[in-house]
Amino acid sequence: MNTEIIGVILSFLVVVILAKPMGRYMGKIFSDEKTNLDFLFDPLDKLIYKLGNIDFKKEMNWKQHIVVMLTINLVWFVLAMLVLTNMGNLALNPDGNPSMSLDLALNTAISFIANTNLQHYSGETGISYLGQLVLMLFQFISAGCGIAMAVIVVNAMKEKVAHTLGNFYYLFVRSCTRILLPFSILVAILLVLNGSPMTFEGKDTITTLQDESVQVSRGPAAAFIAIKHLGTNGGGFFGANSSHPLENPNYFTNTLEIITQMLIPLAFIFAIGYMLKRKNLAWMIFGVMTVGFLLLALPTIWNEMNGNPLIEKMGINQHGNMEGKEVRFGAAASAYWSIATTVISTGSVNAMHDSFMPLSGLFQMLGMMVNAFYGGCGVGFLNFYIYIILTVFISGLMVGRTPEFLGKKIEAKEMQIAMGVTLLHPLLILTGTAFASYAYTQNPIELSAWLNNPSFHGFSEMLYEFTSSSANNGSGFEGLGDNTPFWNIASGIVMLLARFIPIIGPVAIAGSLASKKYIPESAGTLKTDTITFGLMIFIVIVIVAALSFFPALSLGPIAEYLSM
Amino acid sequence: MKNNIISSIRLTIVMLILFSGAYTLIVWASSQLTTSHGNGDVIYFKGKKFYSNLGQKFTNDRYFNSRPSAVEYNAASSAGSNKGPSNPAYLASVQARIDTFIAHNPKIKKSEIPSDLVTASGSGLDPHISVTSALIQINRISKVRGISENALTTLISKQTEKPMAGLFGPERIHVLKLNIELDKMQ
Repeated sequence: MNTEIIGVILSFLVVVILAKPMGRYMGKIFSDEKTNLDFLFDPLDKLIYKLGNIDFKKEMNWKQHIVVMLTINLVWFVLAMLVLTNMGNLALNPDGNPSMSLDLALNTAISFIANTNLQHYSGETGISYLGQLVLMLFQFISAGCGIAMAVIVVNAMKEKVAHTLGNFYYLFVRSCTRILLPFSILVAILLVLNGSPMTFEGKDTITTLQDESVQVSRGPAAAFIAIKHLGTNGGGFFGANSSHPLENPNYFTNTLEIITQMLIPLAFIFAIGYMLKRKNLAWMIFGVMTVGFLLLALPTIWNEMNGNPLIEKMGINQHGNMEGKEVRFGAAASAYWSIATTVISTGSVNAMHDSFMPLSGLFQMLGMMVNAFYGGCGVGFLNFYIYIILTVFISGLMVGRTPEFLGKKIEAKEMQIAMGVTLLHPLLILTGTAFASYAYTQNPIELSAWLNNPSFHGFSEMLYEFTSSSANNGSGFEGLGDNTPFWNIASGIVMLLARFIPIIGPVAIAGSLASKKYIPESAGTLKTDTITFGLMIFIVIVIVAALSFFPALSLGPIAEYLSM
Repeated sequence: MKNNIISSIRLTIVMLILFSGAYTLIVWASSQLTTSHGNGDVIYFKGKKFYSNLGQKFTNDRYFNSRPSAVEYNAASSAGSNKGPSNPAYLASVQARIDTFIAHNPKIKKSEIPSDLVTASGSGLDPHISVTSALIQINRISKVRGISENALTTLISKQTEKPMAGLFGPERIHVLKLNIELDKMQ
């Protein structure tokens, strides 16, 4: 068989095999059970609580969780703005890069605290090393925050009446120190051994074999790349992200980076099974997500390996659509990565999505539109939780049973929140794109720098930008000229709303369900850990995504495909 | 509420020290133990220093040419072309690259040119080309340098980087390493 295909199969199998033990480890951490690494982390955590002046034993209800989560995120935002707008004059800036303008700093600050990592700057020229290291802090803590909020929802799914759901700080600190830190160190060291730089020296200048002088950007990249994937952040140290040979030097690091970005989202599914002692529920969720993932990944791989028909017409020997791709990864691994990074909210790229075939671009956007096939650290499950609530309600109506999920009755209040969260995503994407397209068609000359490609593909560039912002993904059709006040502010607002409302919604639902009476399972209960129920969720997801997004997709990638 | 704000600020400072500081230092210290000291892998040839992971621009007929690059192999501003697959300007530039290649390699038929040699990479710094892309340049280099085609074919098969563990990923040619070996032949 083709070695490119075998390489893709390897990266999928390894992550699935690692996900179960990792899920068990995460489950233990959040169930306060002993693990082998306690001797290291117990003292570290205690020190953090002490220095942070935190009472980590105080139980919080769902509203208190939201308040502390929003408060600490506000602190992060202020810190990010201070650093990004002043870093030009601060330490660790050997390349003399400038501070960010206010609108760019706003976009970048929101982008990194929202675990999105949409980047309207280039790492080589737009940020100092200090700026990079502070953004790296957000790559840890925004992921830790997402995981903590998801654990709060899982706590609420336990079989009891509960008014408090653990302590935010406790869950947050444990996520950061016991999951993100050790595995980031491991991955970063593997990257260093494979040639990723980790230095504080600035640009180097070399003379090439053909006797031309070239500058080479370097920096503390390896540490950044590890957590950018483990925390499903995705922001690149360099402009070209993980297609850059220093961010992703070879096929081994490419496989490592794919596995790293998928690990926590997959493991979290099994952690849920462990914490709730409901293994079948975990397998049902895993099954639905995996089917969705493969349905997007396989046609994309096929599509990219077949190449571009318009170039085939020129009469050359194609071996895949190689525009925007690197030879060391090949078309298959690039296509696979592009779906992994869009279903999971990483948004790092090892090939330029703007140059993918139209239908591949469609599958990438669909991954972000659904945003719950695996999904980002913690938040992927929160999105899926909303789909579960919708499905329980719809199936309950279909078979004439009271809609119950894990022994808790779902009523009007929960459904209103779930619908609100579901509709927010298409609302942000579609109104944003509609507004931008209208502005562009009214001022095609003034705004000509916006789009790098004409016609349908130009529309796709704008649609992709809003989809990526609203999915907290951060990848882009990078041809879009996006460092302008309009794009900085518009995508900034979208990222902000799309980060916090889909966290607050599920936590509110979970808090409300947790305080309800537990109804033991009976013959009349709708079973939620069966294949039938999984199929129902899948149908709900397809209907929601198809109905909301099909019209927009048909104007962009589908029209481009039909015109080729 | 006031307590929340103070705790949030203090916790953020602690996290800043831990993740931006301690974590960075741990990784940095490990990198100092490697031969490259975390500065990126380099190779030396005729007194020049090259970064072995970074592609270089090779357009001279004396060398195996590298792929087109949207940033002309500027390693301080990586980027792809971000041209869409149906963009007429993009398709015209691919056609122009095919014509240029044929003009420099008159013995080669269009149907032998692989797509990686006429398309720009994602980073603009791709150090590799496909094996076919190297093989179809043999005739030209043999003429310019006066080295036999057989010797060049042998060199290419020696320089071919195999898939990882022989099983995973594509075969490829590291253009810089190949060209250094080519210079060593004379």
